[in-house]
Amino acid sequence: MKVSYYPGCSLHSTALEYDESTQEVCQILDIDLNELNDWNCCGASSAHSTDEILAIELPLRNLVTAEEAGMDLVVPCAACFQRLKVAEKHIIEEKEPAIETSYQGKVPVKHLLDFFSEEENLKVIKEKVKKPLSGLKAVCYYGCLIVRPPEITDAIDHENPQAMDELLTLLGAETYPWSYKTDCCGGGLLLSRTDIIIQLSGKLLQMAEESGANCIVTACPVCQVNLDTRQAEISKNLGKEVHFPVFYFTELLGLALGSEEVGQWLERHIADPSDLLKSKNLL
Amino acid sequence: MQSESVIVPDHTWLAEVGKSSGENASDCYQCLKCSSGCPVTFAMDYLPHQIIHMIRMGLKDEVLKSSSIWLCTSCETCTTRCPNNIDIAKIMDAMRMTSIKSGLKVGEKRVPIFHNTFLSSIKSKGKVYELGMIGKYTLKSGDAVSKLKSGSLFDEAKLGWQMFKKGKLKLFPKKIKGRKEIKRLFKKTGEEA
Repeated sequence: MKVSYYPGCSLHSTALEYDESTQEVCQILDIDLNELNDWNCCGASSAHSTDEILAIELPLRNLVTAEEAGMDLVVPCAACFQRLKVAEKHIIEEKEPAIETSYQGKVPVKHLLDFFSEEENLKVIKEKVKKPLSGLKAVCYYGCLIVRPPEITDAIDHENPQAMDELLTLLGAETYPWSYKTDCCGGGLLLSRTDIIIQLSGKLLQMAEESGANCIVTACPVCQVNLDTRQAEISKNLGKEVHFPVFYFTELLGLALGSEEVGQWLERHIADPSDLLKSKNLL
Repeated sequence: MQSESVIVPDHTWLAEVGKSSGENASDCYQCLKCSSGCPVTFAMDYLPHQIIHMIRMGLKDEVLKSSSIWLCTSCETCTTRCPNNIDIAKIMDAMRMTSIKSGLKVGEKRVPIFHNTFLSSIKSKGKVYELGMIGKYTLKSGDAVSKLKSGSLFDEAKLGWQMFKKGKLKLFPKKIKGRKEIKRLFKKTGEEA
C-alpha cells in the first residue's frame, strides 16, 4: 500500500522518535510512506490566532501537493491533521473568505491512528504481532485535535474515542478507563505560559496514575512533549515525585511487532520508560 | 467586572464581531457549558461565557485587553459542546486578531510574541526552526530576565540541553525550496511577522 506522508515540523525535531517508530512500523507492515515533496509548516495555532487567510493557505499548499501525488495523506501530528482538515473543509464547503486554489479535495486526509485502525491494516497488524504487550496497563490519551471539532475531524466518538484502546488491546495491552482521554494538556502555551502546562499536564499525569495504569499512550507530538518533558517541574509543583512513562502509540506498535529499534526510540524520552518494559519482560 | 458602574449595552460591536468571526454571539443563552468544559478558566480573567456576554454588551476594550482571549488553547471543547452551535474558539481567534490590530494593551503579551516568532520562522524557512525560535522568543518576551530571577532559566536550559543531546533540537534550520511561495502567501495576507 502506498500513501503520502506529512510528518510536520515536530516529527523532525522534538518528536523524532514518533517519526522513527512510524517509519519502522510502516516498513514492517509493507506500507510505502512517501514523504510529501517540499512540505511546509501548517502554521499551527499561531497562524489561526493571527490571520485567517494564512491559517488556510499554509496547510492548503500541502494539500495541493498531496492531491498531485494522488495518494491518501497520512498525518501523525494531531495539530497538523486538524489544520489540514480545516483547510480541506474550507475549500470543499466553499467557506468565507473565498480562496483561489486548484485543490478539489480528491485525496482523503487521515490521522495516523485512524489509518492504522482501518480494518485491513488491523488485520495485518494482528497477524504480525510477535511480542504481545502483556503487563502494560495503559490509559489512552487522544488529546484535543484528533477529535475536535467533529465537524472538522469527522471523529466518530469525540467524547469517548476508541481507536487507540482497540489497537492496544489487539497488541495485548490492557487499557484502563479514565475521564481524561480528550482533555487538554495545555498545547501551544508550552513556551509562553509554562505554568499552565505544569497545571494541566500535571493533572493528567496524576489522574493516569490514580486510574491504576502504568503508562500513558499518546498520538500527538505536542501532548507527548508536554507530558514527558515537564515531569521534573510537575514533581516540584505537586511536592511529590512523578515518574510516568509516556509513549507514542507507534512505539508500542513497533515493540509488539518485534522491531529491534525500540531501545533507540525510548532513549529519546526524558522520563525513561525502559524500567517498566524490562519489568514486564518486554525489553 | 465593572460591578459598580452601569453598563449601557451597545450592540454595534456585536455586528462587527459577527462579521469578523462569522459567528453570532447573540445566539448564546448563557448556559455556561463552554466555561464548565474550558481547561484554562483557572488562569483567565473572564470566563468564556462572560467574554461572549461582554461582546453582546459592547464591552470592546475589556474583551480586547483581556488575558482570556490569549490563554484559550484552541482545544475546541467549547465549540464542540455549545448547544447553540456557536464556534466560540473561532470568536477567540477573531478577538486575538482584532486585539492586535486595535493597538490596545495586550492582556497577555507573551502569547502574541510567541505567535510572532513562530510565524517569522515559517516566513523565512517554510518550517519551524525550534532552537532559533526558542532563543528569539526568550529574548523578545523578556522571559530571559524573569526566568533568570525566578531561577527557572537554569531548569529550562538543562531541559533544552537534554533534548539537544537526545537529538530533539537541531542546531541548524532546515529550509524548504518553495520559500518564495511561502513569502508570497505572507504578503498576500498582509501578515508581517
